[in-house]
Amino acid sequence: MTSPTLLPADSEHGQAAGHRGNAGMIRAELLGPAIVDSFRKLDPRVMWRNPVMFVVEVVTVLTTVLLIRDLLDGEPHPGFAIQINLWLWFTLLFANFAEAVAEGRGKAQADSLRRARTETRGKRLIANDEGHFTPQCRYEEVPAPALSVGDVVLVLTGDFIPSDGEVVEGIASVDESAITGESAPVIRESGGDRSAVTGGTRVLSDWIMVRITAEQGSTFLDRMISLVEGAQRQKTPNEIALTILLAGMTLIFIFAVATIPSFVNYAGGHISVLILVALFVTLIPTTIGALLSAIGIAGMDRLIRFNVLAMSGRAVEAAGDVDTLLLDKTGTITIGDRQASAFLPVAGVSEQELADAAQLASLADETPEGRSVVVLAKERFGIRGRDMTALGARFVPFTAQTRMSGVDVGGRQIRKGAVDSIIAALGKHGASADHIREIADGVARQGGTPLAVVDDGRLMGVVHLKDVVKGGIRERFAELRRMGIRTVMITGDNPLTAAAIAAESGVDDFLAQATPEAKLALIRKEQGLGKLVAMCGDGTNDAPALAQADVGVAMNTGTVAAREAGNMVDLDSDPTKLIEIVGIGKQLLMTRGALTTFSIANDVAKYFAIIPAMFVGFYPALSALNVMRLATPESAILSAIIFNALIIIALIPLALKGVRYRPVGAAMLLRRNLLVYGLGGLVVPFIGIKLIDMLVTSIGLA
Amino acid sequence: MSISGWATIAVFLICVIAMTRPLGGYLKRVLEGERHFLAYGLGPIERVFYRLAGVCPREEHSWSQYAFAVLAFKVLCFLAVYALLRLQAQLPLNPTGMSAVAPDLAYNTAMSFVTNTNWQSYSGETTMSHLSQMLALTVQNFVSAAAGIAIAAAVIRGFSRRSAAAIGNFWVDLVRATFYVLLPACVILTLFFVAQGVPQTLLGSVQASTLEGARQTIALGPVASQEAIKMLGTNGGGFFNTNSAHPFENPNALTNFFQMLCIFAIGAGLTNMFGRMVGKEKQGWAIFSAMTALFLVGVSVLYWSEAHANPLLTALGVDPSLGNMEGKEARFGVAASALFATVTTDASCGAVNAMHESFLPLGGMVPLINMMLGEVIFGGVGAGLYGFILFAIIAVFMAGLMVGRTPEYLGKKIESREIKMTMLAVLCLPLVMLGFTAVAVVVKPGLSALSASGPHGFTEALYAYTSAAANNGSAFSGLTANSFWNATLGLGMMIGRFFVIVPVLAIAGAMAAKKVAAPTPGTFPTDNGLFIGLVTGVILIVGGLTFLPALALGPIVEHLEMLHGSAF
Repeated sequence: MTSPTLLPADSEHGQAAGHRGNAGMIRAELLGPAIVDSFRKLDPRVMWRNPVMFVVEVVTVLTTVLLIRDLLDGEPHPGFAIQINLWLWFTLLFANFAEAVAEGRGKAQADSLRRARTETRGKRLIANDEGHFTPQCRYEEVPAPALSVGDVVLVLTGDFIPSDGEVVEGIASVDESAITGESAPVIRESGGDRSAVTGGTRVLSDWIMVRITAEQGSTFLDRMISLVEGAQRQKTPNEIALTILLAGMTLIFIFAVATIPSFVNYAGGHISVLILVALFVTLIPTTIGALLSAIGIAGMDRLIRFNVLAMSGRAVEAAGDVDTLLLDKTGTITIGDRQASAFLPVAGVSEQELADAAQLASLADETPEGRSVVVLAKERFGIRGRDMTALGARFVPFTAQTRMSGVDVGGRQIRKGAVDSIIAALGKHGASADHIREIADGVARQGGTPLAVVDDGRLMGVVHLKDVVKGGIRERFAELRRMGIRTVMITGDNPLTAAAIAAESGVDDFLAQATPEAKLALIRKEQGLGKLVAMCGDGTNDAPALAQADVGVAMNTGTVAAREAGNMVDLDSDPTKLIEIVGIGKQLLMTRGALTTFSIANDVAKYFAIIPAMFVGFYPALSALNVMRLATPESAILSAIIFNALIIIALIPLALKGVRYRPVGAAMLLRRNLLVYGLGGLVVPFIGIKLIDMLVTSIGLA
Repeated sequence: MSISGWATIAVFLICVIAMTRPLGGYLKRVLEGERHFLAYGLGPIERVFYRLAGVCPREEHSWSQYAFAVLAFKVLCFLAVYALLRLQAQLPLNPTGMSAVAPDLAYNTAMSFVTNTNWQSYSGETTMSHLSQMLALTVQNFVSAAAGIAIAAAVIRGFSRRSAAAIGNFWVDLVRATFYVLLPACVILTLFFVAQGVPQTLLGSVQASTLEGARQTIALGPVASQEAIKMLGTNGGGFFNTNSAHPFENPNALTNFFQMLCIFAIGAGLTNMFGRMVGKEKQGWAIFSAMTALFLVGVSVLYWSEAHANPLLTALGVDPSLGNMEGKEARFGVAASALFATVTTDASCGAVNAMHESFLPLGGMVPLINMMLGEVIFGGVGAGLYGFILFAIIAVFMAGLMVGRTPEYLGKKIESREIKMTMLAVLCLPLVMLGFTAVAVVVKPGLSALSASGPHGFTEALYAYTSAAANNGSAFSGLTANSFWNATLGLGMMIGRFFVIVPVLAIAGAMAAKKVAAPTPGTFPTDNGLFIGLVTGVILIVGGLTFLPALALGPIVEHLEMLHGSAF
């Protein structure tokens, strides 16, 4: 895992969430366009997508036509009918407003992204005689849209990268703030896992050669714009299921209301279409129907604010269902670099002698591990840094072949490296080799990495490099366990080391000496058990596993292959975010469920307001059902319809912010939500309708 | 209300609880084709049946094949019953010389018995020959009940199997349920009823002289055998017009108690079979508990209501201490009548031992609501369980969303297809109950059949369609069925049965194909009190919201008016 800016695991991701502007609910400048959109969305072709509100629109048009007819006929007291009609229209407008506000936030972001995508021109290289591309090749300046997949462009200091691609040569620092909002430049280089570059970002220093990998119109920036705008928003599986349930409820209420005129006729009474429509609109689940799409848009938006791009809403929902979380050890569970924590000499060597040799071998080693050896030697024995040139020392860098590094001081050769390679290089057998192996195994058992030190052919001992488990990670895993999510640590370490770190960090399981194939096999096995698996990865070798996982979060720093394979991209390249992504997915579903429950529970009070009002004319005894003691039949019906419309506005902030998710286990969570939204949904409208009735009566509206 | 009354109810409930587990175990062994004691003796005969019918008992059906088999079987049954009723005058075993049944009545009756409704627009003793009673009606009593059990088993297999394409073989389930469950139990019950004095004879009727010297014709027939399956198969179609209020059908308190137990027996046992088949009996007990909670609410309200005398009669000087005895048998009294009425409408039996029309308005509302809820309180054999599962799916869907996971029931994800099918099945009941009533109370042929006016007449109509759609078959009485009612009620029974069965089997097929997700702490558990409360709430709220306006114009306003001193 190569993640340059890792946040501590216990941070609330303040900067990540904060830098994309104010996360506040409804910004004032968005209100104007949202109101305009509310009217525009009255178009039945748009409304059609939302069956509940579409039905409301149909019956509202019907009552409006009837009202106009009555007005033309010179109806003497049209006040009540006019008010009901107005509130019916308000119900529709409020629903549209909720959606418009949710979309508005995305649109604002899309606009700023568009500004970032300038009319860039690219330097397209022309292959030399041998058919190769080199930086010395001639190039032609072409506008970015003219570039096609496979073209190679040269990007020099100060140039914008014209399109998505892969660095084929060179290394450069790149300003990706247009995409990530992160102002610190990142390094992009050929080969390895940091080779992907994104169109619209700018090279700050040095140069790179980039092979274009995306067609115009399907670049990362294009996709991001369409995502945040919600232009491609498709209903997610659970949203479809819920829409069907709501449509079914609406049909049930059609039966319940449409049969009333006949029943009333039998009883010798009469009932107007207006009152039936009022009853119908208050009964059908308009609250959730009005807010459903806003909830979905806001869920995607929350992820974007969190600097995670979900390629589909389906992925966000799947995140809430995740059962197993695969986490890379390095960078997620442990802080990226190992730290020297102890000097363990062989018999006959003092600790200080070992420390001295190890410090000399590490002086010129600029890796964090090397530096930590120097620091430890200073802390433990006060061995100060020495000047390499004064010593006349020559640095021997690490190579993959020797798997060791060190210095030559005069004739003296000091080396440190993997235990096996050091022993192999010395060709040693016997007691000292066995002893050092014994020490090394002890280190591994504790979750550390042993580093053998040899001074002029004499085995000195072992430096214990320790993986430092991130602070607070244990608590986070416990939290995940309560959420019902199993965590599996993925590491290339040997099983001994992996087991020790797994125990220390509190992870549920681990996969040691993980190869891409082993990862893929693990994901398939978990999925075979009916579990949903989430993982994150950045390398090309992660791509198959990312594609197989139900939720694959690719790091923005990763390769093109990884980004294509995953269904989410984390712009901050922070693997610990998986945990929050799961929370956001759950929040999305919970908000829908809670508002549906609330919406249906509301109906009880509405019945008690409207049924006595409807029937009391011919069955006066039914006034016993008027438990709220609403003033008149007109005021009762008006109050119910006003409450029904206003509750939509009142719940917009909740729909956008989402119901809070607590990792407390399903039964607790349900009990709490049932209490708040079920019981609350029963009680609130009784109070609300009564208050509105008092207000309506006191100002003489009904 | 009396202590002995409550004790009857308590003893009844204890008996139901006690028989649930053994019955569930036996039902599971029968329907899963495992070893059980009857299979040793009857197994060869069972296999002869398969060979004769050309059924391979090991071959299983997909949901659509299963549904097709059910529908094909039902069509054949309908045609056979219709033909027998129309031709009964020409057929043997007609000692009293009954003439052919009229076409509309034959259609209504055939539909009624094929759908396990047993709505009777006729008086058995004056309409049906013995052959019709035995070959047309009693046979349907067996096979319509067995089909219900078969479908329930198929639905449970949908939940218990993983990544499977098949949900069982309808013919095999049908034969096994009839052969190993209904037939043996009915043989024993018939003997018990005969011992208690219920007639079982092929004689027509006997003439008797009353004390005043008048001549009276007393109808007889093979009553005991029909009585057994009428209860056990939740059919409810009595031999006599007055059903279990007739002393020959239900002679004493003991037979009354056993009849009630029989109504719940298989419905209760199936909840346990559900638990066993999905691998956790507790899941079955959760369903059982939710059903019991709804049962207790119903019986308490009904008993409370009937234990009070009608205030209008009390005002005239009638002794109120016995409660509302109008339309009740003195040998049963208020408590046993209230319990019987609750049980018969919780399950889709429809047998009655008292006249529901004579209950006080709120008391009469309880059977009505029980049926409106879809008869999911133990319910008709099989139908109660799969009806309950529909509500469980809705409850689990809401709960799943509220805990932030794609909803799942027993590890199976509930997705849009299942919700679509569930809503389809749930919608067909209010369509018939409300829609047909709305027509009947405004058209002349509908109105002319009602005996009462005002809210009470309205309740008569509402009760009839509710009873038909829910496949109950009990009548509020007072309704003189004519061809309009026969036609519409027959249609209502058909919609209420098959528009539920086909979607339910589709759900079973979709469920069987799914993988099972292992439960985690993040999964909403469906075997605890919270689930029981939630599903009970869903049933009451969905039912209540659908029917409140109609109830307000029927029993509720009647009750309120009664308090104000007017009757209808």
